[in-house]
Amino acid sequence: MSLRSPLATVLGHGSAKEGVHHWWMQRLTSVALVPLTVWFVVSLLSLPSFDHATISVWMGQLWTAVFLILLVLTAAWHSQLGVRVVVEDYVHGHGPKALVLALVTFFHVVVAVAGVLAILKVALGGAA
Amino acid sequence: MTERPLSPHLSVYRMSRYTLLTSILNRATGLGLTVGLILLVYWLVAVASGPSAYRVAHTVLSLGVLKAVYVILLATFSYHLVAGIRHLIWDTGHGLERAQAKRSAALVVILTTLIFVGLAWWALHAGVRTP
Repeated sequence: MSLRSPLATVLGHGSAKEGVHHWWMQRLTSVALVPLTVWFVVSLLSLPSFDHATISVWMGQLWTAVFLILLVLTAAWHSQLGVRVVVEDYVHGHGPKALVLALVTFFHVVVAVAGVLAILKVALGGAA
Repeated sequence: MTERPLSPHLSVYRMSRYTLLTSILNRATGLGLTVGLILLVYWLVAVASGPSAYRVAHTVLSLGVLKAVYVILLATFSYHLVAGIRHLIWDTGHGLERAQAKRSAALVVILTTLIFVGLAWWALHAGVRTP
């Protein structure tokens, strides 16, 4: 039986059994990012040119788009988990901490959505 | 409550210790790669915005300052990749003895340097290939 009040759990002060999920997600995204980031760096350095036509054709290829979307989503998630821990460590006081964590989360969602939409637009032929 | 000692405990650790250095570097490179992610998404959005918008972004992304940033990002990526794999191996319960950790710290430095030099060399040649 837990002696912790439901209110303490809701407020997020102290253990709400969230830690294991954070830890596991950080590991899962790490493992996924090993091949994804290596693929991305190798692909980027293999590109013959960085002009718009070349990049659009590259981004429009099915598997490029698939891996790019997976990369952006996984990297944004992994980044959010990592930055969150840094904020939790170095930003003190419940108010400022909650505010910065909210901003960090919003920011990462924007990055993820913008990245995925950009890739889809090019892949589906929306870019002129 | 407010009188508790709070992190970062910069004065209580010996900063020269390899354990501390490899750990804080992993965090610092992680934050650096978040900047890399922002640059990547900026670039992806520019491609999706069409050729004229892309030309502007291409000019911005080709700035000398950002070229230095890309070199740092390559080093940052190399370190975070190798140090991250070291963490994943630790998570399986292996390599946690002090002597093993010291050896793997040295291995991280060697592999990071090799990967970074290899990627930088490749990037330089890619630059030569494209006018």
